[in-house]
Amino acid sequence: MSAVLVVVDHDRGTIAPASLGAVTAGRALARQIGGELHAVTIGAGADALAGVLAAHGASTVHQVHHAALVDYGPEAWGEALAAVVRALSPAVVLGCGTERGHEVVAQAAARLDAPAAMNCTEFDESFDGSGPLKVVRARWGGSLMEQAEVDAAVRFVTLANHVVEPSEAPVAHATTVHDVALPDSVLHSFVRDRVERTAGVTLATAPVVVSGGRGVGSAEAFAPLEELASLLGGVVGCSRAVTNNGWRNHADQVGQTGTRIAPDVYIACGISGAIQHWVGAMASKNIIAINTDKDANIVTKAGYAVIGDLHKVVPAISAEIRRRRGA
Amino acid sequence: MRILVCVKRVPAPGARINITADGQAVDTAFLGFTVSPHEECAVEAAVQLVEQHGGEVTVLTLGPAEAEEQLRTAVSVGAAKAVLVPIDASDWDPQRTARAIATVVGAIEAQDGAFDLVLFGNESADSCGYQVGIRAALSLGRPMVNGAKGLEIEDGHAVVKREADAGIERYRLPMPAAVGVKEGINLPRYPTMKGRLASKKAEVVRTEAQAGEGGLRMVQLQRPPERVSNVQIIGTGPEAAPAVVDLLVELGVMS
Amino acid sequence: MSEFPTRAKCVVIGAGIVGNCLVGHLSKLGWTDMVLIDKGPLPNPGGSTGHASNFIFPTDHNKEMALLTLASQQQYVEHGMNNTCGGIEVARTPERLEEFNRRMTSAKSWGIDARLLTPAQVKELVPFINEKIVLGGFYTPSVSVVDSLQTGTLMRESAVKAGHLKVFANTEVTGMEVENGTIKAVTTTKGRIEAEYVVIACGVWSPRIAEMAGATIPLTPAVHQMADVGPIDILQKSNAEVAYPIIRDMDTFCYERQTAGSMEVGSYAHRAIFMHPDDIPSNEESALSPTELPLTQDDFDPQMEQAIELMEMLGDAEIKYAINGLLSLTPDAMPVLGETVEVRNLWSAAAVWIKEGPGIAQLVAEWMTHGYPHLCDPHSSDISRFYAHERTEHHIYARCDEHFNKTYGIVHPREQWASQRDMRRSPFWPREKELGATFFDARGWERPQWFASNEHLTKKFPEACAPREHEWDARWWSPITNAEHLQMRESVGMVDLTAFNEFDFTGPGAMAFLQYVCVNNVDVPVGRSVYTPLLTPGGGFRGDLTIMRLAADHFRVITGAFDGGRDKYWFTRHMPTDGSVTFTDMSSSLCTIGVWGPNAEKTMAKAVRNLDAEKRLVPTDVSQAAFPYGSVREVLIDGVPCWMFRISYVGENGWEVYTKMEHGLRLWDSIAEAGREFGIIPVGMGVYAVTGRIEKGYRLMGAELESEYTPVEAGLARPKVKSADFIGKAAYLKARDEKPVTTMCTLEILDHRNAKGMKRFPTGGNEPILTKDGQRIVDAKGRVSRVTTAGAAPSLGTYLLMAYLPPEHAVEGNELRVMYMNELFPVRVARVGSTPLFDPTDARMKS
Repeated sequence: MSAVLVVVDHDRGTIAPASLGAVTAGRALARQIGGELHAVTIGAGADALAGVLAAHGASTVHQVHHAALVDYGPEAWGEALAAVVRALSPAVVLGCGTERGHEVVAQAAARLDAPAAMNCTEFDESFDGSGPLKVVRARWGGSLMEQAEVDAAVRFVTLANHVVEPSEAPVAHATTVHDVALPDSVLHSFVRDRVERTAGVTLATAPVVVSGGRGVGSAEAFAPLEELASLLGGVVGCSRAVTNNGWRNHADQVGQTGTRIAPDVYIACGISGAIQHWVGAMASKNIIAINTDKDANIVTKAGYAVIGDLHKVVPAISAEIRRRRGA
Repeated sequence: MRILVCVKRVPAPGARINITADGQAVDTAFLGFTVSPHEECAVEAAVQLVEQHGGEVTVLTLGPAEAEEQLRTAVSVGAAKAVLVPIDASDWDPQRTARAIATVVGAIEAQDGAFDLVLFGNESADSCGYQVGIRAALSLGRPMVNGAKGLEIEDGHAVVKREADAGIERYRLPMPAAVGVKEGINLPRYPTMKGRLASKKAEVVRTEAQAGEGGLRMVQLQRPPERVSNVQIIGTGPEAAPAVVDLLVELGVMS
Repeated sequence: MSEFPTRAKCVVIGAGIVGNCLVGHLSKLGWTDMVLIDKGPLPNPGGSTGHASNFIFPTDHNKEMALLTLASQQQYVEHGMNNTCGGIEVARTPERLEEFNRRMTSAKSWGIDARLLTPAQVKELVPFINEKIVLGGFYTPSVSVVDSLQTGTLMRESAVKAGHLKVFANTEVTGMEVENGTIKAVTTTKGRIEAEYVVIACGVWSPRIAEMAGATIPLTPAVHQMADVGPIDILQKSNAEVAYPIIRDMDTFCYERQTAGSMEVGSYAHRAIFMHPDDIPSNEESALSPTELPLTQDDFDPQMEQAIELMEMLGDAEIKYAINGLLSLTPDAMPVLGETVEVRNLWSAAAVWIKEGPGIAQLVAEWMTHGYPHLCDPHSSDISRFYAHERTEHHIYARCDEHFNKTYGIVHPREQWASQRDMRRSPFWPREKELGATFFDARGWERPQWFASNEHLTKKFPEACAPREHEWDARWWSPITNAEHLQMRESVGMVDLTAFNEFDFTGPGAMAFLQYVCVNNVDVPVGRSVYTPLLTPGGGFRGDLTIMRLAADHFRVITGAFDGGRDKYWFTRHMPTDGSVTFTDMSSSLCTIGVWGPNAEKTMAKAVRNLDAEKRLVPTDVSQAAFPYGSVREVLIDGVPCWMFRISYVGENGWEVYTKMEHGLRLWDSIAEAGREFGIIPVGMGVYAVTGRIEKGYRLMGAELESEYTPVEAGLARPKVKSADFIGKAAYLKARDEKPVTTMCTLEILDHRNAKGMKRFPTGGNEPILTKDGQRIVDAKGRVSRVTTAGAAPSLGTYLLMAYLPPEHAVEGNELRVMYMNELFPVRVARVGSTPLFDPTDARMKS
């Protein structure tokens, strides 16, 4: 019986939330082909994830062990995944749409010389486990979609982020441990060391992002945005126009070639809402646009809007927050 | 240092992407073309490394004849050599592309010696496959890390920095190596006028490559569903501040 | 947020420099119910204004453009948006240095401070220039950089604040509704709005919007390449938006303009690249904006090499931004302004650049408010100037292709178009070709300027036919013209006048209608004619023409090739709509030959044969007594039915002979044959339009006659004013009661020799008339004295200039100066008013 194998992205045993979305999507796919949902964790440090994966519907959790598999290493992970795939021959290998998710799937697919379709948003509901898998996947960072066919015995895909919300569906699970042999050639590219983040939230994880566009006008003029962000425990983001003007670092860029974000609240200040920016921000749960132009793209796409000059509105909001907290 | 940078010609970002009537391609009528942004940064990274350590940068693209323009752009900012692998279709699938690149790179290396570094973009801006570099590197027997936001040479190793949720990771790859570069690693320079004029005279080597098709097939392009939002205007000007703060409280992001 | 209105007095489409300034001016003039829409966002909706290089070089050889530019610059100053930085045009060729002398002359005319610089002086002002390749500079200290977006915003907001205007951005026009030939409503993505007036001010999109209403705005979007390169040390250190004068590298058609730490390099040197308005991307489809298209690099490369040659530092500067910017080009490089000829109350304010935008907005606002502009005569910008073939895309592309690279070119005042020639040929063309005619273009018509067949006559009149020493003065000119002139005055000449426009007005209301449009009384006996000005409501010249009365209710208007379109519009726009008048444009049905000279009467006496009572062809009495000056008769010439009209524009006895086009060749041959024994020669327009005319002091619409001047000032006021009302009558009566502050005069050059001893001949391109000590002469209403026409007067043995002079200078015998090519030449007032210098009593014409 064919299976769907979900690749779990984790960091030293801490699961990437997107993995559970992939498990949830994999569950539907497995049901549809009448197969089992399997998940694979790489490195013994992730063995403890079996429970949460089963809670989301994985009936078998493959645990790949090797002494070197402590930190992430793209080739070692890819080789490990390839080993499990060779052993299991699943109909579909589903990764999540994270940097590592794409990379591991690509590494494994390369090893099996199998095709891979990244950032899928839909899987053909009539797929029964045989023949090509029809998918819709995001191109241009989501500004265009492509209907594609993945034509191979093992169909490697990744699920675009924020497309499927994780949901639980507990099942009894078995675990299978794979002790893999890794060739020397893949042991080079491990994380050697890393600088842990010290200051709380990142653009990708912040609950509030206060973002500025060309309308902000200068690097200095971001100060009020910084203030509002810090009052709300959030961070500042920006559009590509801002990075190109040298007003902020690329690390702050939200968009197709920057960071995709999904905060609780996205406050877009003086951003017109060009498609390349929008695709990075569209997963936000709530969007408040502050713009002088009531017809700006971002305003028409946002849930809430304030029509006005950001240079006046943003400080007024900060002042109001301080006033209430002071009271 | 001999560095190869593989780049792709893509429509310049910034505009809405239209699709041709048959849904088979992007309508490029209004679009300018550029080196895909991640690869623009890869070229810059390569040029900086050569400026630091000596050597030369070769730039390679697989694409239509017009992609020569992107090769010249790379030359205008510091690449020394340019190789075009011409194809007649607008895009090859990732497996086919990677096979062709590996073949051509192999041939170049057989003749001129190995590249110390082969750089790719993290993913192309248009097809977003996230895999050509990885596949080509595997064929070429190079270690490969994608998503590079930093790249330095230390003791014959390529040291790659990459951003993760938990922090900044460092990888140390023995050379020859391959790296997938991500925008943000640097702010690529623009061509100078002299650079541009000089690049016009540069030789572009054409190398044909045959490669079998892979298993990913495009059926049709389509527009993403439009997000229809019933925007609620909560106020005009600074006077809207109290209403905004009320909303932030309601949305649970303000205590 | 206001709801989109369903009705407004006036809807303006386009919120660029023109639309914004237009609503501001209309608001000031009392328009209170306006709506401004643009399909893009504000403040930069994405049109040409948004990427303009925004600098103003005020000097222009064309008076209309110069006045509009100066008025615009003044408005930018008033808004605090004019940053004066100075500008230097640099020459790389001797021809350009010579052109700078001409520019000095034009600058003098318009009162613009300008000076010539040596290469070293250029270097002093612009230290980073390579002065070794520069031969000299033309420096204008008042050159400025303006903020066109902000100026437009202020103008727009002033109208909003006054409560006169509602603005809707992101509102695209989807259709135009026309009812009974009048604009009715505009449909948009926000809804439908009815409007009494609609103005199309949307630059490169204007033709597309006009087409929705069935109207034409002849322009094409075209590429102007520009690149922003930098940062550059010396510019960054200046710590200013523009610290150094703007350089125009005239001979490479290129400019370098500082923008803070960078240099903007712009080019008019590349091939002409056009785009159809329908093919311009939407705001969403544009990476930058709809009018900032991807640079086609190959076109720009040669320009970069030249730029580096001039400023080496540019070579190492990074190209940060480079575009194929779209701007509007028209077939004659002038704007397209006024009410469209096809749709009533649908106006065009298009093909306008930043430097003239606010002034043109004022001009159009005045036009819409007062019925005609006050700022200046819009003669060469008037949308109605175009003939049908000139409105086609074919013509637009051909002419724009030809003139695009002349944006910085050296264009001779008499320069002829190379493209779109042989568009309209008279039936005489084959004969003219055989006679070696050199053809000049007159709005599509091929007109002989002179005939090689007359070259031998230059030996007969050697003194008058001396070659001109300076190539510039001799360009597009031939001494044969003077020979033809003298020969005509001695015997007889025939002139091809087919380019005339003939408009027939018939019906019971024809006379009353023409009385209303014309100054002079048209109620003349059948078979007689009247010369008349047409006035603007303000009493200035709108036209001047001749009307024949062919029957009680049949009038035929004769007007020139260059004003036919404008006159046709003016007549038909004022024509009653009750059917009492029928208008027929006969211009393509009729051809015309002028036959003039002492032997004209003998020639025509021989040619004309009419049937007598016994149906026999017999000679007809064409003597002055039987066929007096100003009368028109139907005759047969060699069996061809013709109208003979005894009139003259060259001061000789004779006729204009009209017949149907298809009879033309036979008529030509018949008259040539009849005149052979009397020494008839073909005579070109060089005589008709210049030498013959100027000797008689005849005024020409568009030269001496403009809306800024009245018939009183032009010396064309008749002793009496008719009782019937007519357009401009009140102003005309008022002008008659006042002492004119300027009068049309004819001056003669006393000495043609310049400082080098070379004889020079002013071309008649607005050269200033100056006092003996070189001061400009400006009348009490601010109008400058300048040459309106210049030409040889072979019969008087002199060279004449026409110019308006204020009373203190308008004294016969008074000596003044004319500036030509930056040198002063002594002139004397030969005539004040309209009495001809040649044959002052008109004896040759009328007896």
